[in-house]
Amino acid sequence: MTHYLLAVHGPAEPDEFGTYGSREEMEEAFAATGAFNDRLHADGYWVFAGGLQSAATATVVDGQGETPVITDGPYLESKEVIGGFWVIDAPDLDVALELAAAGSKACRGKVEVRPFEGLA
Amino acid sequence: MQGATAVVERVFREEYGRLIASLVRRFGDIDVAEEAAGEALVSALQKWPESGVPPNPGGWLTTTARNRAIDRIRRERQRDAKQQAAVVQYDDTPHEPTGPIEDDRLRLVFTCCHPALAPEARIALTLRLLGGLTVAEIARAFLVPETTMAQRITRAKKKIAAARVPYRVPEAADLPDRLGGVLTVLFLVFNEGYLASGDGDPVRAELTAEAIRLTRILRRLLPGQPEITGLLALMVLTEARRQSRVRNGQLVPLGEQDRARWDRALIAEGHDLVRECLALGRPGRFQVLAAINAVHTDAPAASDTEWSQVVALYDQLARLDPSPIVALNRAVAVAELDGPEVALCLVDRLPLTGYHAWHATRADLLRRLGHSAQAKAAYDAAIAATQNSAERAYLSRKRGELV
Repeated sequence: MTHYLLAVHGPAEPDEFGTYGSREEMEEAFAATGAFNDRLHADGYWVFAGGLQSAATATVVDGQGETPVITDGPYLESKEVIGGFWVIDAPDLDVALELAAAGSKACRGKVEVRPFEGLA
Repeated sequence: MQGATAVVERVFREEYGRLIASLVRRFGDIDVAEEAAGEALVSALQKWPESGVPPNPGGWLTTTARNRAIDRIRRERQRDAKQQAAVVQYDDTPHEPTGPIEDDRLRLVFTCCHPALAPEARIALTLRLLGGLTVAEIARAFLVPETTMAQRITRAKKKIAAARVPYRVPEAADLPDRLGGVLTVLFLVFNEGYLASGDGDPVRAELTAEAIRLTRILRRLLPGQPEITGLLALMVLTEARRQSRVRNGQLVPLGEQDRARWDRALIAEGHDLVRECLALGRPGRFQVLAAINAVHTDAPAASDTEWSQVVALYDQLARLDPSPIVALNRAVAVAELDGPEVALCLVDRLPLTGYHAWHATRADLLRRLGHSAQAKAAYDAAIAATQNSAERAYLSRKRGELV
């Protein structure tokens, strides 16, 4: 089994209904994502998942120097950012891609699939 | 001795795909498989010239390579017991049937053509692992430096290992989609051989031959898939015309080719394959392209071509594949049926200004309509858009003939 990060990419500046356009669509996406999470649990793929606050809430810290340097905002300025993610444990990439497709449909965002080198 | 070495190399090349595929399944690692295959070759080059070629050379190579790989794994285990699990996943259990067909090469071709890999890496890996071409040969074929090609292949192999791209024939539900990806790779290899994109040899017979060989294998492994048969038919009907396609360094268009030089055996095979597709009644893109080529190769002279049939087939193709390139090829047939003026109207609205064949088609239609100045400009644009020496020579001649 390999661990994969399924990172959901979406617009950096969501409107009042998140990235979904309307309250109705937002609620539908939440319900679909909840059902997808249940499936990950039931089928034994689930490791961890979470939704992130908007990129505007991010702070970058560089602790490599003598005193840490703190900068407001996300590390990369871009129109699309990671809005949430799953960490799954799957037997191979085809299974991970199939789950990513289902997750993408549920949460209505593009999903990047990346294998972990290892988990601590 | 020289003869014996040539025999070893030929057998090795023929058996390479099968050898690598079975080693990959057994040891779960492409690098281990390639190294063991290389050692088996060295061993064969030492032994066969003295003892003669064994009765089952493929089996000999497989056994030798397996033993070498096991030796290597044992050595590495002794050297560092902790690393044993990380070095290779050693799988000695008989494999479970995981797809509709069990053949190691079939699993490997789906790995090599996996959509998670970059398109150019898919082509390179397929030629390397299943075709047995060396990295240097593949680099030459695609006109990139050997180091670039080596990096491309290494990167793809790393991704296969790190992301765990499976060695598996896709489930029946995913098969048509994924098979389409494999066929596209084989078609691209063939096309690169038939009209090379670079400025080297205009036609690369080694690539067309390799694409045909791999498609034949795929057809044997996955019978009853009409698109594979269609692709094979398309390839052999195209390959049949290869000898007459370049004359004095210039490309010769279909209508001007010496049909006596076409390969009749390949044409007969292609027509049989097209009939087989028709009998299955599940048309697809490659089958229709093959049928179009069957109409062309059926005509004793260019003037005998049944253009209405060609246009009807392009109409069918456009429904399956509504791309501007299909529309361009359809317009070429329409020109024969309804005249160049009608065809030019169709061509002019296609968004293909970066495509050499679009400019070349416009140039030809404008020439036939007597619009000399516009035709010259279109020939110039076509020449600028292609690197293929035979095509450039042909276009330059046509441009030079304009008054």
